[in-house]
Amino acid sequence: MPAELKLENVSRHFDETKAVDNVSLSIAPGQFVGVIGRSGAGKSTMLRLVNRLIDPTSGSISFDGVEITKLKGKELRNWRRDCAMIFQQFNLVERLDVLTNVLIGRLAEHGFASSMAMHFTDEERTMALQALDRLDLVPQALQRAGTLSGGQQQRVAIAKALVQQPKIMLADEPIASLDPANATKVMDGLRQINRQDKITVLVNLHTLDTARAYCDRIVAMRAGRVMFDGTALQLTDDVVRDIYGLEGLAEFNEAVTSTQGLKVPA
Amino acid sequence: MTAIPDTPPLRPIDQFELDYAALRRRSRITWLVAAIIFFAFFTFSAWLGDFFKVTQVTLPDGSRDWRWIIPAGIPRLGEFIVKTIPSLSWDTLGADLGEWFWRWKVWMNLLIETILIAFMATVFGVIGGFVLSFPAARNLAPNKWSLWISRRYLEIARTVPELVWALIFVFCFSVGPMAGVLAIGLHATGALGKLYSEVNENIDMRPLEGVKASGGTWFDQIRYGAVPQVLPNIISYTLLRFEINVRSSSIIGYVGAGGLGQEFREALSLQEYTDLSALFIIIFVTVIVIDFGSEKLRHRIIGIEKGPAT
Repeated sequence: MPAELKLENVSRHFDETKAVDNVSLSIAPGQFVGVIGRSGAGKSTMLRLVNRLIDPTSGSISFDGVEITKLKGKELRNWRRDCAMIFQQFNLVERLDVLTNVLIGRLAEHGFASSMAMHFTDEERTMALQALDRLDLVPQALQRAGTLSGGQQQRVAIAKALVQQPKIMLADEPIASLDPANATKVMDGLRQINRQDKITVLVNLHTLDTARAYCDRIVAMRAGRVMFDGTALQLTDDVVRDIYGLEGLAEFNEAVTSTQGLKVPA
Repeated sequence: MTAIPDTPPLRPIDQFELDYAALRRRSRITWLVAAIIFFAFFTFSAWLGDFFKVTQVTLPDGSRDWRWIIPAGIPRLGEFIVKTIPSLSWDTLGADLGEWFWRWKVWMNLLIETILIAFMATVFGVIGGFVLSFPAARNLAPNKWSLWISRRYLEIARTVPELVWALIFVFCFSVGPMAGVLAIGLHATGALGKLYSEVNENIDMRPLEGVKASGGTWFDQIRYGAVPQVLPNIISYTLLRFEINVRSSSIIGYVGAGGLGQEFREALSLQEYTDLSALFIIIFVTVIVIDFGSEKLRHRIIGIEKGPAT
């Protein structure tokens, strides 16, 4: 299958802890995959491994048949451009305006001089504005990113990811710092990108119902290992209990961890 | 065994009182020890610095006697100041002032030279310090050796005093303001590089990670992630450094590196004490004006930073 993301026996150790322990996954193009699990289960580490913000201790990650773990220099930067990353804390430059923040997504295409001069072409600006328009942020384009609300900042981050023209979009707890209304907007944005642009989305979530609502496929991790890999329907209460280690809990109520329960009209 | 088996367990509040008393006791001992060490060190330094010296002085009646140096020396400060004060009288004020500032044309030229030396040295210092402050910051350095090299360079540049750099550059490039510019500029590079790199070490790293994750190079991460965060601090430190550099450049001429300093040297060696006070007034007024102006500018910049951000 073309453009498939493949993880084979990938491990990452931090001293004694195995953050990611022998994970093998293969993700087909265009899938919307949710990764769930408790904090510290290795979800973030796994995404960072794919984007090469950290390197694996062992194992192989490949995309479209190209080995990712061996990439260096320009090729590595091109790979990072191809698999855009969205962070829980947005990771925008708060003191720069929204437009420039989005244009940062174009830096992989720039040489030293134009990048240092913050010089972008008109085509790139048009591209950035189109991306902002898709996320309803054009009016804020010249505002400083730091003055925006959390939900708006996360949508700026998505617009930045879009102008990278990625093949995969990785999102690390993108809605964990957002209120339910904004969380819905961000998740809807990701779904729209997944469906319209056919971009593979791999998203870490800590709320089950969000995963059920948006994801074609759910991967559950516990202590660095993949414990479950299937559809939302296959994710039964027993499986959930196993993943979250809620054996002691008599009754598990999904709504408690929900971000969807309070649907506020925007 | 003297333990009483049926002692009731302490209530949490009593336990807290006990712990708190122990904590207080410990901190009091720490303070006492620190105070003793400090006092001993201070006394030793004072002794080394001749603060307890007893010296022979000439009394007003002409006889010689042994006196503690500090009360013996203080009156001489007054003597010196009296020497530097010119005789001004109300009737001939204009002529007296003219005589006091008799070399004003030379001094004004040298004052302009002094300020220009400070300005150019600040420009060099900012460029050098800014460029090196990124590899010299622990959190930003791309690798160990660039951290090591940039840190050592900045250390050497700021550890050697401006006057010593000036002596070296006067030797290389002969007497004149160029030696002063290089000397103060090099020292300012070291000082500013250190300050800037400390600002860099306190920044939020998440924006840099965001740039990196989009495929940005190390330079992109610095340019987009770090520079916007540190810019207000850099401007503030730079203006502060300009003030310091004006003070430095007004003395650097003492070793022949341009500016007003050479006049100080001349006045002292020719014992023209009233010239000294005239020069002092010129520098004093200049520094006050520059301090005032740069403070206004800095507050405006900080004000812009904190102002409505739309």
